[in-house]
Amino acid sequence: MMMNRKLLVPLLVFALLMMLLAFGFSLRDPHYLPSELIDRPFPAFALADLHWPDRELTEDAVRGNISLVNIWATWCPNCLVEHPELMRISSEEDIPLIGVNYNDESAAARAWLNRYGNPYEFSIVDDAGRLAIDLGVYGAPETFIVDSNGVIRYRHVGPVTREVWGEILSPVIKQIGTPG
Amino acid sequence: MIVELGHFSLILALGLATSLTLLPAWGVQTRNLTLMNTGNSIAAGLFVFLLVSFISLGYAFSTDDFSVNYVARNSNTALPDHYKLSAVWGAHEGSFLLWTLVLTTWTFAVAMFSQQLTVDMRARVLSILGGLATGFILFLLLTSNPFERSLPVYPAEGADLNPVLQDFGLIVHPPLLYSGYVGFAVPFAFAVATLWSGRLDTAWARWSRPWTNIAWAFLTVGITLGSWWAYYELGWGGWWFWDAVENASFMPWLVGTALIHSLASTEKRGVFRSWTVLLAISAFSLSLLGGFLVRSGVLTSVHAFAQDPERGMYILVFLVIVIGSSLTLYAIRAQGIRGGAGFTWTSREALLLVNNLLLVVATGTVLLGTLYPLAYEAFTGGDKLSVGPPYFAAVFVPVVMVLFIMMAPSPHSRWKNTAEGFKLRRQAVYLLSSMVFVSILSLVFAEFIPVVVLITGIAFWIALNLADDLWGKLKYKRKKIQALVRQPLAYYGMCLGHTGIVVSIIGVCCTVYFSTENDVRMEPGEKLTMGEYEFSFQNMKKVTGPNYMADQGEFLVTAGGRPVITLYPEKRVYSASGSVMTEADMDPGIFRDLYVALGEPIGEQAWAVRIHVKPFVRWIWFGGLLIAMGGILAVVDKRYRSRRLREVTEGVPSEP
Repeated sequence: MMMNRKLLVPLLVFALLMMLLAFGFSLRDPHYLPSELIDRPFPAFALADLHWPDRELTEDAVRGNISLVNIWATWCPNCLVEHPELMRISSEEDIPLIGVNYNDESAAARAWLNRYGNPYEFSIVDDAGRLAIDLGVYGAPETFIVDSNGVIRYRHVGPVTREVWGEILSPVIKQIGTPG
Repeated sequence: MIVELGHFSLILALGLATSLTLLPAWGVQTRNLTLMNTGNSIAAGLFVFLLVSFISLGYAFSTDDFSVNYVARNSNTALPDHYKLSAVWGAHEGSFLLWTLVLTTWTFAVAMFSQQLTVDMRARVLSILGGLATGFILFLLLTSNPFERSLPVYPAEGADLNPVLQDFGLIVHPPLLYSGYVGFAVPFAFAVATLWSGRLDTAWARWSRPWTNIAWAFLTVGITLGSWWAYYELGWGGWWFWDAVENASFMPWLVGTALIHSLASTEKRGVFRSWTVLLAISAFSLSLLGGFLVRSGVLTSVHAFAQDPERGMYILVFLVIVIGSSLTLYAIRAQGIRGGAGFTWTSREALLLVNNLLLVVATGTVLLGTLYPLAYEAFTGGDKLSVGPPYFAAVFVPVVMVLFIMMAPSPHSRWKNTAEGFKLRRQAVYLLSSMVFVSILSLVFAEFIPVVVLITGIAFWIALNLADDLWGKLKYKRKKIQALVRQPLAYYGMCLGHTGIVVSIIGVCCTVYFSTENDVRMEPGEKLTMGEYEFSFQNMKKVTGPNYMADQGEFLVTAGGRPVITLYPEKRVYSASGSVMTEADMDPGIFRDLYVALGEPIGEQAWAVRIHVKPFVRWIWFGGLLIAMGGILAVVDKRYRSRRLREVTEGVPSEP
């Protein structure tokens, strides 16, 4: 059967479109992270503590221990999804959780923590979203593993569930924890 | 128990959808009449099971069954009942269930109202719709099951519906929009069935026209409502943001508009057959693409609440299968669809062709603007960029301006050749008098802005031509009222649709050029004067709603010393989620809207306040409703039905 080549044009346009979308999709892969951020020090900042607005926190606050830095907000439904697991980690696991309250209203954020429980050692108020930009955050929730020298070792996009903890975060933390 | 019933019902629906895909198609291949006829009853069953499933989810919401994950995430005991209903489609899983319910409703309707279709054609169409339903239900069950429970431990209270969605607009917006999106599945199924059968006559255009019109009318109302909702609920005072999700609904609308016009040419004159098939495929493909863009999180937008990167892959694969296979079929089969009668460059066919090309170019510009950031990221390796209103103003607007200019003389055009219809001198007079009329109006009521005069002048020119055309039909009739009644409804549909465009153009143009906006810091007792209006901030007080607390401001608006209205904008904090929402208050009017929204508190007493005076903004949505009514009026036209009856008695007539 002879085929009219012109009739193939829509199919080709569509194929190009799909390639672009597939590419865009791969960029949004939950485990995708710009490589330049890994093994770099946590970006410098000077921001207030959510519960002690007079206290200024800097990048020194994330040094000293291996810690989990969790980007959260009251407007983010998935933050509520991961919240029970964060509560469990804070009470059962031996790793400090540090919150970054992102693009949020501090009063609402404190009310949220009062209501559901506070898993964080402290929360950094990033109301202007500057720290989140420096961290390259796509959206809340995201969780970073920062080692005792304040270097970012891993980044997880999306809610932390039991499986994510067991299969991804916990092994990475163990690996960092073993000296070598 | 009811929830399990819904879940089970959805699983049964999957079985039915699969058999709807396979049985009639198998019947067509084996020329087995009984198998071909199974489609009708399966379609009915599919609809019923989806409905049961949907009602079960609604029941779970109404009884606050928080053991169901989806309910726990999107409802709350304090949520008012009507929002519990709309919460069913307030997030991904439920809205997809609604989407699928709408598809099966359309499928059932096609089975019911297509008795005049040849048996094999109906079997093919239903089989294609069944295939789509199979894909959607599978997607629901595999990746987005709304019936999933978290047992034995479940929350005592739900997280509440996203406050942005707690609004009347959101109760009706998604069902209407989905009816439009999914409605395009019907002309799509007809087009693909035609390619599949290889019987490439114009009958499919006749069958598709009413379905396309209805779907398009739904989409029009859906988009209009969405724009209205964004205006009063998002608190920014804007009515269109060129946001990716808005564009996703706008692209199928543009192509759908082209399709409606091109179907007319194909049905009446047998021309542009393969083009029309391609448009029918494209309209639905763009609907699916819209679904992908919204759901996958490939593009970020104000509608970000709907995102989920995990599910994007399924939709991407689904898109490739559905659109890829139909376009491949098109490439193989479409050549035979060519043909039809000849026409000259001044004929109605030619005008409609230009209309189509312009609409497709306009769609292309929107698609480009929507995907360009993604392409840019792809080629630069991660740099981000956003395409905003300036791009669309520079690229989209000129294209539609040409379209509007083409619209003006279009009612006078005739099929084949418009020998004397155009009457250039008369057109020049009409255009000139429109411009003069609009200039006088602007000088008297506002100020003379050349662009505004040009655009609204063209709008009046279009309206004048519609009136002239109608008068031309009555001029020589003695009984004018009777002649008016005798005009076909489809003709009035066209008039109404085009009038709607005129109204919307005037609305958009005046809103864009004459709006005044002020973002100011105000304390109770302070006043702000904007044009003839004076806004005085009286006081602030705390109010309590069913599931929120709010700071409410009181603004007295006066014009020339006389009170106009008192507005009460609110800043709400929803108790369950802690979300903060701006609830603007406005005084709607035919010629202007007054709009006050509260921003952030600044210091002890003062607030950031946003005050807008927006002339003619209602016209944008009123025009949209007129357009949709035009579409529906055309479907109601008896000619659609009588022609179909003739077809039954005489068989498929050949085109002259």
